[in-house]
Amino acid sequence: MKVPQKRGVRKGINIMRLKGLIRKESYQIVRDPSSIAIAFVLPMILLFLFGYGVSLDAKYVPIAIVVEHQSNETSDFLAGFRQSRYFVPVIVTDIQTAEQAMIERRVDGIVWLREDFGKKILNTGDAPIGVFVNGVDANRARILEGYVRGVWGKWLERTSIESGRPLHIPVKVKERIWFNAEMRSRNFLVPGLIAVIMTLIGALLTAMVVAREWERGTMEALMVTPVQVREIILGKIIPYFIMGMGGMTLSVIMATWFFNVPLRGSLWVLFAGSSLFLITALSMGLLISVVAKSQFVAGQVAIIVTFLPAFILSGFIFDISSMPAIIQTLTHVIAARYFVSMLQTVFLAGDVWPIIIYDGLALTAMALIFLMIVKKRMKKRL
Amino acid sequence: MIRDQAHGGKTPEYVLRIEGIEKYFLAGKQRITALKGVNAKVRRGVVTGLIGPDGAGKTTLMRMIAGLLVPDRGEISVLGMNVARDPLKVQASIGYMPQRFGLYEDLTVQENMDLYADLQGVPKDHRSERYEELMKMTGLAAFTRRLAGKLSGGMKQKLGLACTLVKPPELLLLDEATVGVDPVSRRELWAIVYRLVEQEGISVLLSTAYLDEAERCQEVILMHEGHVLGQDAPSQFSGQLNKQTFMLSPEAESRRRLQERIRLMPGVIDAIILGDKLRLVTDQPLETDQVVQRFGVGSESSVQAVPARFEDVFIALLKQRTPGDEKVAHLETEKISHPPHNGSEKDIIVVEKVKRRFGDFYAVKGISFTVRQGEIFGLLGANGAGKSTTFRMLCGLLPASGGKLSVAGKNLRFAAAQARARIGYMAQKFSLYVGLTVRQNLRFISSAYGLSGQRQKEQIEWALDSFELARMADTPSKDLPLGYKQRLALAAALMHEPEILFLDEPTSGVDPLARREFWRRINRLAESNVTIMVTTHFMEEAEYCDRLVIMAQGEILGQGTPEAVKARFRTPRNPDPSMEDTFIAMIEDYEEKEAART
Repeated sequence: MKVPQKRGVRKGINIMRLKGLIRKESYQIVRDPSSIAIAFVLPMILLFLFGYGVSLDAKYVPIAIVVEHQSNETSDFLAGFRQSRYFVPVIVTDIQTAEQAMIERRVDGIVWLREDFGKKILNTGDAPIGVFVNGVDANRARILEGYVRGVWGKWLERTSIESGRPLHIPVKVKERIWFNAEMRSRNFLVPGLIAVIMTLIGALLTAMVVAREWERGTMEALMVTPVQVREIILGKIIPYFIMGMGGMTLSVIMATWFFNVPLRGSLWVLFAGSSLFLITALSMGLLISVVAKSQFVAGQVAIIVTFLPAFILSGFIFDISSMPAIIQTLTHVIAARYFVSMLQTVFLAGDVWPIIIYDGLALTAMALIFLMIVKKRMKKRL
Repeated sequence: MIRDQAHGGKTPEYVLRIEGIEKYFLAGKQRITALKGVNAKVRRGVVTGLIGPDGAGKTTLMRMIAGLLVPDRGEISVLGMNVARDPLKVQASIGYMPQRFGLYEDLTVQENMDLYADLQGVPKDHRSERYEELMKMTGLAAFTRRLAGKLSGGMKQKLGLACTLVKPPELLLLDEATVGVDPVSRRELWAIVYRLVEQEGISVLLSTAYLDEAERCQEVILMHEGHVLGQDAPSQFSGQLNKQTFMLSPEAESRRRLQERIRLMPGVIDAIILGDKLRLVTDQPLETDQVVQRFGVGSESSVQAVPARFEDVFIALLKQRTPGDEKVAHLETEKISHPPHNGSEKDIIVVEKVKRRFGDFYAVKGISFTVRQGEIFGLLGANGAGKSTTFRMLCGLLPASGGKLSVAGKNLRFAAAQARARIGYMAQKFSLYVGLTVRQNLRFISSAYGLSGQRQKEQIEWALDSFELARMADTPSKDLPLGYKQRLALAAALMHEPEILFLDEPTSGVDPLARREFWRRINRLAESNVTIMVTTHFMEEAEYCDRLVIMAQGEILGQGTPEAVKARFRTPRNPDPSMEDTFIAMIEDYEEKEAART
């Protein structure tokens, strides 16, 4: 029996084999709902959950205002709080009651107007107030503090104009109010969220499908054919790249239509950046599957090593520049960091080339590095 | 046995040469030797069997030949190519079917074949012709559009084979291709393998844990615990035991008593129960009258010299290797004996027209049988026959969809918990807590059965002692050898002194020595009136049972003693059918009837 010699051993990619692998993968995608769920249902759920559920704006915060001595000035001041949609003020007359309310978490902050509030402002032009905020949630506390300052500042300004007397107006105040009042937090959350979702989809898709092949014993059969490692890698990346870009498109449509996030940059930049990032994420998934050969472990590892860092260290919610220096350095190896920055720029600011080029180069480097590691680590061995 | 020839002597007669292979694996900090000093050769154009129990190193060796693992020492050359150096070239000229066939279950038969044709680089214009040949050979032509996951076990196996054959390989490697599939499919696979060898000149290396398959190979490499015990033609192997194997028909005593009596007598290599007879292997050739004299088994008419089987050879070789390993197992059966209530003819398990439905699929289709107290009762069938479902219903783990089930006088519909307290259950794969030591496992399981205080202590000591586990008491059970795991699982199932013991595939994969020891314990238990119910897909193991039912597709095809079941299929051409012959004949009968009905 003649055995036909294999054509083009060694170098290059055999198109017939690659096509075969991609066709197989597509059949599996169509017939197995789990990968479709990961690529399309998961981003929808996460976007709805985060888009509607998570908001960094503090609204209708219950706050206790201690008015030790009623006067025209205090009621004027109180009106500022009553009109604000950020606060639900509760008026009390002594600080003890307010403290008790804070301990019982009935209010999140206390504004303390001392007995001499009215007098001081008329006499010295200076009206100090006491502010306590519940610091359990540091982030919220800071926002709250800013709001209180805002209301206070506005009141001071108004009083100053009305009375024609110069007053000491704290400088920082305006900035804070502007940032939170003008911008909905959703606008910068949603683009960041897309980056986090794409990390999860990319890594989960490849890690799970390769682990599934190990589990079902098909990988062993695949390995014994003359197929080459690079063909296996491409055979996984190409179909799931298409899936992932589908998920991306869906997320962008949801962001602009449902959440009314503006898209100020150009679509092709968005497409190019997403492609680079998706390749990185898919390679991370492949790398995970080199180590984790069961779907359960692969899923866990993918969440822990890709999703969580992307969530915490990408600057999507937590500001990178306020992290300790070591952690800041660490964020440079998180691919999602560059993608978050790129997405936020493209969505909210437009094509700001210095940022886009920097992030794009970083993503290209990461994609190449991960692909190289995968190529090196993935062997045709058990 | 084949001696290692000088290097470089390139004899095209061999398609595979394995020289001085060693392979280690790391398990935690321990280095485990998987293969040591393995030498073997596979001749062109024949079927060579790689035979040995689980843990022998068969799969490791197969994977090395296929280039999936690299040996730590030694060299493998396939068709003159060094596998470790040039795996891609080797992989282009061999076919390899892994244990689970390597099929994509969500692809159709045709799509699977196309994929492997693409991967093997079969030119498009050659395909239709090759497909046609393969479909004819495997009988899958009618199913090309069916998903591979929807095929039966036997059909999957054939599709797996077809996929590895899309490009005719020079050497075909089949890793445990016949394990777990039904005997009919097994027989068909062997027919295909021989057709390949004859018509296409393919050389085949096939690994299996079924020792009886050795006789179907033209050459056999026998492995045990990482070593090669020998390589030769099967007839040469069994020729070594000429005039050393006999069948005894006990006259005055029960066959189990007889077995106990002569098992440890000097000169006895093996004594096992087969049907109503006892199979004896001696360490030197004897005439039948000498056997009568030496073992005191009545008259000469009750002794019959028989040809040696491969398993006899294997046992003999193992005993040669590990002389004096045989320890006397004193199972204190008195402790678990129960006085017979009203004579031992009492029916302790009654199954009447029991059905079990999953969705619109009937896994069990109205079966009826009864089991008497103190009996060893077998449930025989291939994977998917409905054995496990029946078993789970009997243990009260799964409610029946219809019919009546009673165990130890309790109707399982109303008193499952009460019935469960009186049964012991040893699950497939033993279900031990792998992180716990032997003693911790015993303590946990005994408390789960409600034992405590002094009695629990006693029972744990009894288990450690009578199952010879004391030496291993503080070893984590994951580090136990398979045979010990099996013993521990049995001990755990017996600590609460059950009346009925359920064993689900208890001996699959353990080596024949451990299997013998296991069955000896089971026999002792039966002697002390414990009822034993066992499922198995080892046809030959069915012969150890007092009575059995044979199941296929949720129905009972036959029941009775092994002898009675076999007797139905005695023909002039086959006057002494084996259990496997019987099983195949029953399946064929059944299918004929089915065909007539529709």
